[in-house]
Amino acid sequence: MLEATWLIPALPLAGVLLLLAFGRRFGEPYAGWVATGAMAGSFLTALVVLLGLLERPGDDRQFVQTLYTWVPAGGFSVDVGFLVDPLSMTMVLFITGVGSLIHLYSIGYMHGDERFHQFFLYLNAFAASMLVLVLGDNLLLTFLGWEGVGACSYLLISFWFTRESAAVAGKKAFVTNRIGDWGFMVAMFLAFVSLGTLTYTEIFEGAEQLAEATAAGIALLLFVGAAGKSAQLPLYVWLPDAMEGPTPVSALIHAATMVTSGVYLMARINPVLAQAEWVLTVIAAVGVATALFAALAAVAQRDIKKVLAYSTVSQLGFMFLAVGVGAYVAAIFHMVTHAFFKALLFLGAGSVMHGLHDEQDMARMGGVRRYMPVTAGVFIIGWLAIAGVPPFSGFWSKDEILINALEVNPVLFVLALVAALLTAYYMTRQVLLVFFGEERWREPAELVSAQPDPAAGAQADAEVEPGSEPERTPAADELATVGGHRADPHDEPHESPAIMLVPLVVLAVLATVGGALNLPFAKDLHFLEHFLEPVFGENLHHLEAGGLLKLVVAGIAVAVAAAGIAAACAVYLKERVAPERVEPELLRRAWYVDEGLAAFFGGPGRAGATVLAERVDAQGIDGAVNGVGALIRAGGSRLRHVQTGFVRTYALGIAAGAVLLLGWFLLRAGL
Amino acid sequence: MTNDLGFPLLSTIVLLPIAGAVAVALTPRARGEIARIVGLTTSTGTGILTLVLLWQFELGEAGLQFVSRHEWVADLGAAWYLGVDGISLFLVVLTGVLFPIALVGAAPKHDPKPYVAWLLLLEAGCLGAFMALDLLLFFVFFELVIVPIYFLIAGWGYEDRVYAALKFFLYTLAGSALFLVGVVATAFLHQQATGELTFDLVVIAETQAIAPTTARWLFAAFALAFAVKVPVFPFHTWLPDAHTQAPTAGSVVLAGVMLKVGTYGFVRFGLYLFPEATAWFAPVLVTLGVVGIIYGAVVAAMQADLKRLVAFSSVAHLGFVVLGTFALTTQGIQGGILQMVNHGISTGALFLLVGMIYERRHTRRISELRGLQKPAPVLAAVFTVVMLSSIGLPGLNGFVGEFLVLLGAFVTYRWWAVVAAAGVILAALYLLWAYQRVFHGEPDEANAGMLDLTWRERAVMAPLLVLIVFLGVYPKPVLERIEPAVDRLVAHVEAHSDYEQPTVAAGGER
Repeated sequence: MLEATWLIPALPLAGVLLLLAFGRRFGEPYAGWVATGAMAGSFLTALVVLLGLLERPGDDRQFVQTLYTWVPAGGFSVDVGFLVDPLSMTMVLFITGVGSLIHLYSIGYMHGDERFHQFFLYLNAFAASMLVLVLGDNLLLTFLGWEGVGACSYLLISFWFTRESAAVAGKKAFVTNRIGDWGFMVAMFLAFVSLGTLTYTEIFEGAEQLAEATAAGIALLLFVGAAGKSAQLPLYVWLPDAMEGPTPVSALIHAATMVTSGVYLMARINPVLAQAEWVLTVIAAVGVATALFAALAAVAQRDIKKVLAYSTVSQLGFMFLAVGVGAYVAAIFHMVTHAFFKALLFLGAGSVMHGLHDEQDMARMGGVRRYMPVTAGVFIIGWLAIAGVPPFSGFWSKDEILINALEVNPVLFVLALVAALLTAYYMTRQVLLVFFGEERWREPAELVSAQPDPAAGAQADAEVEPGSEPERTPAADELATVGGHRADPHDEPHESPAIMLVPLVVLAVLATVGGALNLPFAKDLHFLEHFLEPVFGENLHHLEAGGLLKLVVAGIAVAVAAAGIAAACAVYLKERVAPERVEPELLRRAWYVDEGLAAFFGGPGRAGATVLAERVDAQGIDGAVNGVGALIRAGGSRLRHVQTGFVRTYALGIAAGAVLLLGWFLLRAGL
Repeated sequence: MTNDLGFPLLSTIVLLPIAGAVAVALTPRARGEIARIVGLTTSTGTGILTLVLLWQFELGEAGLQFVSRHEWVADLGAAWYLGVDGISLFLVVLTGVLFPIALVGAAPKHDPKPYVAWLLLLEAGCLGAFMALDLLLFFVFFELVIVPIYFLIAGWGYEDRVYAALKFFLYTLAGSALFLVGVVATAFLHQQATGELTFDLVVIAETQAIAPTTARWLFAAFALAFAVKVPVFPFHTWLPDAHTQAPTAGSVVLAGVMLKVGTYGFVRFGLYLFPEATAWFAPVLVTLGVVGIIYGAVVAAMQADLKRLVAFSSVAHLGFVVLGTFALTTQGIQGGILQMVNHGISTGALFLLVGMIYERRHTRRISELRGLQKPAPVLAAVFTVVMLSSIGLPGLNGFVGEFLVLLGAFVTYRWWAVVAAAGVILAALYLLWAYQRVFHGEPDEANAGMLDLTWRERAVMAPLLVLIVFLGVYPKPVLERIEPAVDRLVAHVEAHSDYEQPTVAAGGER
């Protein structure tokens, strides 16, 4: 059964080829069904492979399938091969599972888009790359998937390319990721020079002989790559802008799967990390800093998707914190539950936007629960899960990260608690603004948007003027939208079609019970930990905490969540404090980072490059060349009588000479 | 020296385009289509012969194959001496494949007859240069290449064609003058040391009779000529002008094939002929290569002319080739040779696409183009794939060469490779930015009516796209044919200099 592994990425790849050849002919909705079928087939194959893996004894669950030699060059050789072990299979299962649901949802969401088939082509291409990323049995193949998902992300963010903001966001995502990829590449060079291989199993064997400095170098450089892909400080800047893509893309790529690749990579190379412990401290510090930083920015966002985007950055920070304290299982656990509830929240947000004719500004929402009961219900489940309310899934995984952090370093624990408090706060704020309160969407658009949303205008790129309001017209309602305003302001929100609701309900169930994967009560209930343990071995931080301490930490976590929810209720439900006072400009503009970047690249960055292109190249180097030419011409004017001065005469002479010479050559050579 | 077909395959490959050029010259001037048909037939025939060469090439053989040697001037020791090994094989095939594509892909605006004749002569020159094993013969082909390009640019180019052609001509001519001096000096110095006058590359290289200090001067002369040809920073300023002003087919073969005469020259007449001097000069050239990578990318980003942007991207890409070649590791040189081929495919394709855009819009200015993806989705899709290949996306051809170059350079020049790797960030920046400005956004009136690719244009791009994907997914057939010759070359450099390749690169015991 393990031999079927290659089919897991091959099925979505086959979907790509099919859609490439016949996509237009399939049209809507069949192109979507083909892609969804490929994805579901991949999920089923993954289940079969999982069964094959489970048949083996716990310490022998590692299988390598080699297809062919990819890059052979001297002492360097890399295969196209797949590594099946508990870690890669955990990733594969939730990628294909959640991926299938999001594909299904997209059939409804992308209804009416004229490039419907192309969307699914990209989505399948993304899935294939993502699966290569997690299944690759060496760093280089993982890198292929890594850059592949980056390219698909670029294509999907700028899917509605006629919108300037979408085009800019796509480019920004790719280039920022490339900065991280630079680290990944140099890490591979270093690994090759010090170990002579890029294959994971050989790296794991050789890791113990690595000097600490080398191991630290490899680990840190890979972490640079991880920070780019998983949107950690300081490379997170692309993710909030990536919300320009269609919402299913935000759910699949920019919440559930691609952005977790960095966490996966860190977990994958845990034997290298074990050789350089201080790098773990760096990772934990960056993680917790990102969690706080992004959570604070999420507190004041007005765009429904931007809140979720900053929330994703923050939750990824939690996962890196877990990696940094050696709690790899907790990191993967949170990754899985996060995939459930964040995909749910994004798709729920997409459903709300769908129902509200593409409104994204939460100031123009409110009271939606009465019109979209299913969406509201599942969104509330997602909210409870991310806020850390038991028994929903997020509580269990976050609790595990917290208690591990406490054992390693109490400071990390306290900072993570603050981030958790903020999480509960901003998510409650979002639920209240969207689903409760006054029906602000009834008011004429001009009244509410008299003060433009500052966050929307912040673009890193100088060519987009700050403050330009992007025109938001997702596919589904393009026809119903006239001049950027809703056709009829009194048009009531409508519930989304069943094809969008089914995935939402499934995800809601998963977000509710997902915690059962790894319950803390008895050893027998640590399913995920038992499954993953062989991958991490001694490198895994084992809790020493007794039952009492666990209970206390859980109690604190619940109290913190309750406090966050209560605070948000006080502001946005009871209005004890004016909302404007707790949404300072600094946070609303996300610490002015985008403005700073735009100022730098538009100012000194551009100026520097211009100097190089115009002064140094055109005037300096080329000027010197032309100067030499002029000098020779001046000197040569004395010899004008002898020479005609026409280059074409010279050229013809040379040509004739060369041909004659060649002819003579041939004649003498006796050919 | 193996692989004797009993048929002078290499000589035929060189002479067929020359015969074609002569035949074209005999066609009536008024009937341009006849010239085109003759040209296409001979260049396609040559292309097929190069594929036969690839097919017959013996795998695992490090030495020269299909050797064809006929005495020319016994007194001078010069010969019609052709041969192919893993280093030159794919450059010959690339030339054979790219010329028919360039001929079909871009038609001249006027005077098709001389245009086709010059292109065929150019093809012969490039092919001869890649196969010549006699210094004098190589020089003849090296020179033969310059002339057709001059006439192609001056005769069928754009607004500043005369300036660009003149600059190209004089610049490269200055380089070749130096090269000729070097060739003659090499032969005579070899005679002084051994008593035998010969221009035979293999004999001179294997004997290594010239004193090391003298050899360094000779290497410098050769290197300067090649550096202009490649071009290596800071000798690159003729290139943007020549590329931008050349007609599309000219740019395609200029970037795709002709620049490789320079990079190939470095490998064959630098590393092989002067191994000690190569090891001595390597740090300089490695540094210039890295400067070219970063500098070319930054300057490319600031170009307002799409074609000029692609031209500057060549400076960056060829910087990778130079870096890999002078890293003197198996991976670096192999990657460098692969990068030559990949650059020919990707940049050739990019110039074709830019030419197709110019045909429709009569402008190359990025600011006048906008939103082309909406009216021309197929053009946009093809451009995207080629762009991603040029950016070095794994899974497409460009990545494998670039990665091996950087990996090989990291072994011997760690910090240079770290800086050069940043070039991949910049490549993404300038190409995606250009794509965004040209293809994204809402098209204005002038661009909204843009026609998509015709079936003929799709047929022209198809083989290039197939190669882009194939070489990215399965580069092994190419790499395993290049490797034996490269191993031998590295061993040659090691045998004649203090340089020793680190064991990790060679794959020895660790």
